[in-house]
Amino acid sequence: MENTSEHSGKPFVRKIPIFWWIRRWVDLRFVLRELTSVCVAAYCMIFLFYVRSILMRPEAYEAFTAQLQSPVMIVVHVLLLGGLLYHSITWFNLAPKAMVIKIGTWQIPDLLVAAANYAGWIVISFVLFWLALN
Amino acid sequence: MNTITIEVSRYRPEQESEPAFQSFEVPLRKDWVILDALNYIKDYLDGTLSFRWSCRMGVCGSCGMMVNGTPVLTCATFLESYAPGPIRVEPLANFPVSRDLIIEMDAFLRKLKSVKPWIVRKEEKPIEEGEYLQTPSQLADYKQYSMCINCMLCYSACPIFGLEPEFTGPAAIALAQRYNMDNRDEGARERMDELSTEKGIWQCTFVGECSAVCPKNVDPAGAIQRYKVTATSDWWKSFLLPWGNK
Repeated sequence: MENTSEHSGKPFVRKIPIFWWIRRWVDLRFVLRELTSVCVAAYCMIFLFYVRSILMRPEAYEAFTAQLQSPVMIVVHVLLLGGLLYHSITWFNLAPKAMVIKIGTWQIPDLLVAAANYAGWIVISFVLFWLALN
Repeated sequence: MNTITIEVSRYRPEQESEPAFQSFEVPLRKDWVILDALNYIKDYLDGTLSFRWSCRMGVCGSCGMMVNGTPVLTCATFLESYAPGPIRVEPLANFPVSRDLIIEMDAFLRKLKSVKPWIVRKEEKPIEEGEYLQTPSQLADYKQYSMCINCMLCYSACPIFGLEPEFTGPAAIALAQRYNMDNRDEGARERMDELSTEKGIWQCTFVGECSAVCPKNVDPAGAIQRYKVTATSDWWKSFLLPWGNK
């Protein structure tokens, strides 16, 4: 085949399709982990509004809790909780990769690092739960 | 004799404007790897096929290619694993293609050099004082990162590098860590200036595929996350104790 002007002779750069992340399960899993961070942010916002309503008049607190008990909000909460759990668990499982801790020549095993993260999560959650109930 | 179909990505820039697949029938031998099949094509079917290879024993890092969409060393991947076929062989993903299965690697080599992959000393001690000593535990701190063979499979597996070609990338950052964690080295700060940037460690979102595809069991994903922890703690130290860096 003869060389024509339309053939640049330059290295060919392959384009990445917009939906590259649905082609393989590992990519989809990664994007899901990233996207579920939105659930964490949403929970933070709800928590901040909750604290704000407590600091305002008692009627504001009553109105806010009534809103939270509506069927739509309960469904939203279940979805958010699912996303939050997925995000948190996948991150805590990855934590040992970033936290390589040595005491002298002994390296703390990965399982212990992950367990410490989970323990911290559970303790803080219980403290917040206790504060909310009281 | 049993045969298997190999679909090879061809790109001859003087002839074609984009890559296209060409099929070849090659013998399906139990002891043949993908690289043997490519050499068979080159020797007997089409001598114009271009690809890189050298050692045939998983040491040189030259023969990395995409096989059925996954980056592998073709010298360590058996044909039989893909029977009855067909097998798709493409150049490593995320790199520009120079010709057929050969990718453009100049940018990668520049990135490797940018992390100063050598032992940096503020002051070399005189030869009379002897060698720099190292305990087995100090060696273990960085040894896995020194096993990298620069095969670039990790770059092909990394979607972030695909989307952002300026990203320093897994192998170069793991190599920086190899020297940072070497007790004989004093260049961590210089490397931090290069890597604690948007194009460096902060570009990584911890997909983790770089470590999954590494044929030498290096863990570049872990190296990058550890680097982030160090960069963050360095930043807090310089923020809270600004006089400490003087």
